[in-house]
This record gives sequence, structure tokens and C-alpha cells, in this order.
Amino acid sequence: MNQLTENRLNNIFKNRKKKISIYLTAGYPNLADTIDLIAILEKAGVDFIEIGIPFSDSVMDGPVILNSHKIALENGMTPEILFDQLAIIRERITIPLILMGSMNPVYQFGFERFCQRCSRAGVDGLLLPDLPLSDFKLHYQNYYRLNNLAPIFMVTPQTSRERLTAIDAAGEGFLYAVSSSSTTGSSNKMADSSDYFEKLKSLNLKNPVAVGFNINTKNDVEFVHGYTDAAIIGSAFIREIEKGIDEKRIREFIDGLIN
Amino acid sequence: MSYQVDENGFYGRYGGAYVPEVLYPNVEELRVNYQSILQDPDFQKELEQLLKLYVGRETPLYPSHFLSAKHGAAIFLKREDLCHSGSHKINNTIGQVLVAKRLGKTRIVAETGAGSHGVATAMACALLKLPCTVYMGEVDMERQAPNVARMKLLGAEVVPASSGSKTLKDATNEAFRDWINHLTNTFYVIGSVVGPHPYPDMVAQFQSVISKELLGQVPSLTGQSYPDYVIACVGGGSNAAGSFYHFLDHSEVSLIAAEAAGKGLDSGFSAAATFLGKEGILHGSKTKFMQTPEGQILEAHSVSAGLDYPGIGPLHAYLHDCKRVRFVPVTDCQALDAGSLLSENEGIIPAIESAHALAALDQVRFKSTDVVVVCLSGRGGKDLETYSQYSSSKK
Repeated sequence: MNQLTENRLNNIFKNRKKKISIYLTAGYPNLADTIDLIAILEKAGVDFIEIGIPFSDSVMDGPVILNSHKIALENGMTPEILFDQLAIIRERITIPLILMGSMNPVYQFGFERFCQRCSRAGVDGLLLPDLPLSDFKLHYQNYYRLNNLAPIFMVTPQTSRERLTAIDAAGEGFLYAVSSSSTTGSSNKMADSSDYFEKLKSLNLKNPVAVGFNINTKNDVEFVHGYTDAAIIGSAFIREIEKGIDEKRIREFIDGLIN
Repeated sequence: MSYQVDENGFYGRYGGAYVPEVLYPNVEELRVNYQSILQDPDFQKELEQLLKLYVGRETPLYPSHFLSAKHGAAIFLKREDLCHSGSHKINNTIGQVLVAKRLGKTRIVAETGAGSHGVATAMACALLKLPCTVYMGEVDMERQAPNVARMKLLGAEVVPASSGSKTLKDATNEAFRDWINHLTNTFYVIGSVVGPHPYPDMVAQFQSVISKELLGQVPSLTGQSYPDYVIACVGGGSNAAGSFYHFLDHSEVSLIAAEAAGKGLDSGFSAAATFLGKEGILHGSKTKFMQTPEGQILEAHSVSAGLDYPGIGPLHAYLHDCKRVRFVPVTDCQALDAGSLLSENEGIIPAIESAHALAALDQVRFKSTDVVVVCLSGRGGKDLETYSQYSSSKK
């Protein structure tokens, strides 16, 4: 049962078209780039976007995304600035936006206040990888609901069937399936995860499934689409914009993944 | 009032297991099994034998005539510096590597600051035949070069952590990342009472051998059941947790934790997390961390690489809040002076970490009848260069 009726994420997954999503780090490569990037990505055909909140000590991330966090922080990115930028961009785009990041910056901002600001800025989902399911249920669930924010959770190849079911029950929007047990941007191969993707497909989960981590090529995207609803590209995109934003190049990059 | 971890892994409001889903099965496997492993008689027998015959326990409780005369009380040094490996760290690494074997893990990863935990892990792995990778901040590898050489001689792979401040915090990040990338075969041997539940409790239990020995040693040397004071240094807080453990419920024992104030609490170059930290979430637990108002973790500074961590274990954050332990800040210079004095007057060169605990003696007014135990957590061989630079800078 989906609790959130007017959530853009829930709406886009009503059609069965396979989807593509991009991860970007807020404030990278330059502080104000986030606004333009989101607009360009929507035009290029991206279905939804994850925006990373930079953190000094993100243990989930490999070198490429870590470096983008470092630069974004040096650029002065903060949640406060990001929310201001998002309020501007929301006027210009219709695709769902998801915020993603480590717990601590959200905790310091104030969890309830953070969710309220998400709602005001037109954010549709929130993914905090180090927020335990138990804490979510005990303390935070209501803040998501009151602010029409989809709680998004990760599952991995090691997640037990029982726990997958529990996570699926608590989550909304989509389940974020990590393609392999690794940090972001590792060299693990998609094909090694076929049994796991098969398992996800067979479970009749309530939520759509989006696969992220280590997706680099059109082949990877097609492979993931063969089993699940969406593919999320992170490190490969961050590498692409390392030297600055070039709309033509970004469109070609996205085209290269989906066409 | 209980000072033990609760069933959800918390000490009051601190602790928990804030790990990404990818680590959940490993942390959960450990949580479900650690108590039964630690209580298994065969495990206990094996650990006890190794602590006795390999580590060299029990360690002496040495009455320091020099410190007793200086401070006007009976001052004893718990000689963890005499442990094989040169510090208390090996009490924990032997225990954890044995646990790893019980769980069928075939590879060990660890972080290290000063190198003491790295060396102790490398020794336990050499002894118990498991391959071992140790992450160490680039800055620390320079200032603790002898320990790097030791780890390599012991067969460990030492990997420099080159992000952030290139010290303990960053080494810990890298160790977590390694663990995430090698989940199925790897056990993470955490060096302090930090990390996701059940690590803080498990490490505290392994280090509690320190206070367990004190329960026998103090009465036989002094005729009184308990000491009046126990003093230990804290970075993450493992030797302090072990020194305090069996006295936590005895309120007549005053417990004092010496935190590294670096160049001073207000200097911007400090590691005193209970004074400068705020509740936050990092490295798997909710506890006190030095951080910006936006929640970015700050770099810690201390002359002692082992105390150079921007947080403190959740047990200590709790003991601080309920005022069971008094935390005192000790500057780099105060620690180096105290360590130099002990070297000259007692013939014991303490690790600079442990010298913080010695310097804390100056911040307490003792009665002449007081029995005071200071945990001398490690030896200073690794710190000779820092000591000699300090002494020549004073001339």
C-alpha cells in the first residue's frame, strides 16, 4: 500500500517504461551548477535524479564520488544553500528529485526541519544509507509522511529474503538495489549479479526496483533493465562532468546510455 | 543505574548501529553471536592462555615512588606498556581475531592511528594465521614510521589513507570501505570502543581484563578493596573503558579520563571530543563528534597519533553525560612534560597517549590516604622522535 498519493516518484513508476536516473553531487563541479545540471538532465531524457548531499566522511563512496564531495564542500555547499537552489529548479522541471546522503548533516540540520524543507523545495524522496530501518520506524517515519517524502532504502546481494520483505514494506517510491556489495564506482561486473536480480524480480515486491552502483555502459543499463525498473548512474556521470558542464556532451552521454 | 549496553545497542542515547545496509548482515552476524562466543568456556580458555603465555599477563601494578611523593598519595601504574606489542591494544586484537575465526572469516582488516592497534592486530594475525590489511593515515605513517616497519615485518599489508586529515579518522573510513568491498570473507578488527554495536561493548569486554586484574591487585597491595581513583587517557577510549569497567558500579571509585586538548581547547587544534564535540553519527554509532554546525566532521589535532580522533566511544559519551567519569583536558605540552618526568625519574618511557593520563594527576587534589591507579596504556618507544624534538625545542 502506497501512503503517498501525490508523490511524483510514485506517479512516474505507474507506467512500465524502463527508467534511467542520474546521481549528482550538490555543488559539484561548481556551487551553482546543480540548477543547470538538473535542467539539462531532464531535457536529455533522464527520468529522475538523485542529488547527493556532500559529507566529509562518506564511507559508502569510492574515490570518484568522494572527490566530488570534497570539492562540493570546498565550494561551500550546505543543505541550506541546496534547498534554495532546489526551490528555483522546481519551477522549471517536472521530474522527481531525491536527496541522498549520510545521516549526520541531516541530523544536525534537524530531521523534522530537513523533511519540511524537502517538501517546500519540491523534493520527492530521501535516501539516507546509514539510517537503520529500526530508527526510521521508531523516530522518523512520520516526518516523511507528513511531508509527502518517499523513504527510500537500499538492499544488497547479501540482504536476506526476510529483510528484503521488511524493507520493501517500509520503503516507498522505489527500492534502491545496490548492484554488488561494494563502495560506489567499483569495477564489479553486472553479470555477476544476475542471480540476485533474478531473486528481486521473483519476490513480487511492492516497490519498483532501481539498480545503482557500478553502472557504466549501455550494456550495463540494458542488463539491469532486463530484470528491474530503473538504472542509476553515479560515478560514471561524475567523471563525465569533472571538467565542467557541457550540455552537448551531457546529452550525448545520456543518449549513449539509452539509445 | 546501568552502564552496560542495552538490548538495542545503546548507552543511554549513544551507540546503536548506523551502518549502510551493505554492512548490516556482517554487523548482525556479530551481534547475534558475540556474547555466546565470548561466554563459551573453550573460547575463554584459549583467550586466557594466550593472554597469559603470549601477551604476558597479568601486567604488574607498580607503586610509583616518584609520583606518590610528587602528588602526596599512593600512586600506582597499571603496566599495560609491558604487554607484548607494547600496549593494551593486544588484549582486544587477540580476542577479536579469535572471534573472527569462530565466525569463519579468513581475512582481517584494521585501522590504526599511532600504529599500536595495527601492530597488535598484525601480531594476532601472524600468530593465528590470518592475512591482515591495516589502513593508516599518511601523516601517521610518517610520524610513527617504526610501527609501520613492525607491521610489515609481521606480514601485514599497510595501506596509506590519503584522504582528509590523513590520520585516524581517515584510516577508519578506508577500513570501513575495505570491509564493504570484501564482506563475505573479511572481519573488521576495530581498535577502540567505537563503531556500530556490538563493537563498543565487545572491545570493552576484551579490555576489561585490565580492571579485572586490578580487583585482585589493589587489595593485595593496599589492603583496601577498591582504588579511590582510576585515571586513563581517552581517544576512542579503549584503555579507559577497560580500566573503568569493573568499577563503574562502585560509585566510591572516582574515574577520570584524560582527553587530548592538543594545543589547547580554544586553539582550534584539539581532539577533546567531550569538550568540543556535539552529538552526531559517524563510523556506525551515535556519539559525540567534533563537527561544524552543518555536521561536517572536523579534523582532530593531538601530538599523540593514538588520541587524534574527533569522536569518543558511545560508552564514554554516556559516562560523561551522567557524570560518572570526570573528563579533564590535557595539552600536548602537559603530556610531553609528564612523560619526560616519568622517564627521568622512574625509568619508564610512557607512550605519549599514556602521558596524558599522567598529566591529569596535576588536575586532581588528592588526600594522603588516596589510592590512585593510572593506566600506563603503552610504552613510548614509538614516540622517541617526538620526545626528543620537544626536549630540544625547550632548550
